[in-house]
Amino acid sequence: MGIFGKIFGALKKTKDNLSSRLSALFSKNKLGDEFYDELEEILISADISVTTAEEIIDQIRAEAKAEKLKDKEFVVDLLKDVIEDLLLEAEQPDIETPAVIMLVGVNGVGKTTTIGKLANYFVRQKKSVTLAAADTFRAAAADQLSVWADRAKVRIVRHEEGSDPSAVVFDAVSSAKAKKTDIVIVDTAGRLHVKANLMEELKKMNRVVARDYPEAHFYKLLVLDATTGQNALSQAKIFNEAVDLDGVVLTKLDGTAKGGFVVSLCAELKIPVVFVGTGEKLEDLELFDAEEFTEGII
Amino acid sequence: MFSSLSERLNHIFSKLTKHGKLTELEIKGAMREVRIALLEADVNIFVAKKFIADVSEKAVGQEILKSLNPTQQVIKIVNEELCALMGSSNAKLEVADKPPTIIMMCGLQGAGKTTLCGKLAMLLKKQGKKPLLVAGDVYRPAAINQLQVVGGKAGVPVFEKGTQNPVKTAKQAIEHARSMGLDTVIIDTAGRLHIDDALMQELENIKTEVNPNEILLTVDSMTGQDAVNVAETFNKRLDVTGVILTKLDGDTRGGACLSIKAVTGKPIKFIGVGEKLTDLEPFYPDRMASRILGMGDVLSLIEKAQEAVSEEQAKKLEKKLRDASFTLEDYLDQFESLKKMGGIAQVMGMMPGMGKLRIKESDFDESKIEKLKAMILSMTKKEREKPEIINSSRKKRIAAGSGTTVQDVNQLLRQFEQTKQMMKQFKNGKRLPFM
Repeated sequence: MGIFGKIFGALKKTKDNLSSRLSALFSKNKLGDEFYDELEEILISADISVTTAEEIIDQIRAEAKAEKLKDKEFVVDLLKDVIEDLLLEAEQPDIETPAVIMLVGVNGVGKTTTIGKLANYFVRQKKSVTLAAADTFRAAAADQLSVWADRAKVRIVRHEEGSDPSAVVFDAVSSAKAKKTDIVIVDTAGRLHVKANLMEELKKMNRVVARDYPEAHFYKLLVLDATTGQNALSQAKIFNEAVDLDGVVLTKLDGTAKGGFVVSLCAELKIPVVFVGTGEKLEDLELFDAEEFTEGII
Repeated sequence: MFSSLSERLNHIFSKLTKHGKLTELEIKGAMREVRIALLEADVNIFVAKKFIADVSEKAVGQEILKSLNPTQQVIKIVNEELCALMGSSNAKLEVADKPPTIIMMCGLQGAGKTTLCGKLAMLLKKQGKKPLLVAGDVYRPAAINQLQVVGGKAGVPVFEKGTQNPVKTAKQAIEHARSMGLDTVIIDTAGRLHIDDALMQELENIKTEVNPNEILLTVDSMTGQDAVNVAETFNKRLDVTGVILTKLDGDTRGGACLSIKAVTGKPIKFIGVGEKLTDLEPFYPDRMASRILGMGDVLSLIEKAQEAVSEEQAKKLEKKLRDASFTLEDYLDQFESLKKMGGIAQVMGMMPGMGKLRIKESDFDESKIEKLKAMILSMTKKEREKPEIINSSRKKRIAAGSGTTVQDVNQLLRQFEQTKQMMKQFKNGKRLPFM
């Protein structure tokens, strides 16, 4: 069952868990508007957006007319298929080396922790990794990243607090070129997407990498907290406009939140989920799997 | 696609206005829209359902049919219900009979607890208290360093005992505060999942050991449907005394606020509105409700304006408006006042009707204001008083002096002219709320 195995226990405890609600729904034996309204509510409680939930329901309605839907198994399977298809509408990137991976996102989503886990992920694939501590804003952010660098046994490039983050990126990239490092992972300060000046700073870092290390594959990943609601879509849209995202890392999936907003993310914005975070340990990071994720939601 | 709950409701009610008197069917239609708007705003689905049921019950029937203005009536009811849901008054922090007052923070990872500790310490210090910050997050790498930096910025001492058991640290911190004559102790704790039994137990142990006056649950205002589970669990285990919502300076619709209040019944005491240590504000449920409804947070705005502009300044400006002698010098003063009020975007967001405009900080970037200021400061006194004398050679000089371009100077002059025109319209009206 992979990543969701460990969270199933938690989900079972949640009284509103989808499967039990579906059972209750079927026991009422009604397949009219009320049924579809409730199905929609179930999807919305997983943080799937209203628009996307309506789309999913419309598809099921259409199928139901054709297939004469009667039993629960059939609807559940249909529901899973529809959601999985939506998730697969965005294509997963392959990480090729030499690479620069820059993590961006709002405050408190888990960027620094994710970088520690990413470093470990690549080290285990026998890749050499350098971390760039370009969050020079938050108090002690570089200290926090240094601890992760030690844990994953990788190099770190850091400057003083308050210094120019682009300078950190420049140094890390130069060092990676000289040492022929496979992957540079850039930590950036958390920033709310509505702060224009901070988004400009991000664009500048983007330009530094593109200009000074054109031979590297450059991946920009947005870190999203699974606990977030519909604002995640606003975050994705605006960060995408600023730095042209290659994908998303969905963190904190070990809680009770299901992160259903990624369905809209994949279907509407065509931004794929690349990794998921499921805990605070070094190894709590996995590649995203649409099927497993769908299982987790339903 | 609507970008905010305010806009959505405005749209719904503008449709209602055109309808004249309301039928039950129309209310049902409007309430369906309200429901969608609430869900898009991340209000928990069960909370939203109950809300709709309550409002519909009150809206349908005589109250509305008798009314001459159904739209206003509906807005009033929706507003009242929103207020009722979010609590009726602003709660203050409890103070211990015998110092020190003990405040314990709790919440999920990344909600913003450590930053908030600094903000609270700063606020209490301003109120004449002597706070002590306690580093109880022994798990996240460098969390203690972060609290020390934050404490340093706030000018508040930080008590830490490395990674020893936080229950023990909390207890020692209280003794330390007593011996040092510090009257308020703020305990930072590690972010934890509400379903992490061992760590939740640790919080219960700290609570038993130090018996806090306040246990404040910190919640990210961007939280989605799960806000209900999180708030319910923390409240059940710790019986929290209040909630603080963080990151409200983003574009979140903040529906979590309604959900949390509905499931815990605990007051929302403060809101975090920025990354600076002074970016902490009291929570006013009624203001938040009218803000959600797009009626603007007029009260907050006026209060802020009063802090930023002295009565005397306001009178002077009012006279200038009446005499139509508003100069670039006054324009410069306005920028200063706006800055004190916390940035244009924040102020605009609070104004009625402004919810309709999609206000991004990019449109009103503070760095742009700095640029405008630089240009005015590069002008001579005469130029500031009589902008019409600024010819092209003067423009070149101003641009060079302020590190801008002639186009920038032209834009500033145009903008100034527009502002002046706008002000003339207010000339015979009441005083502007923020002037």
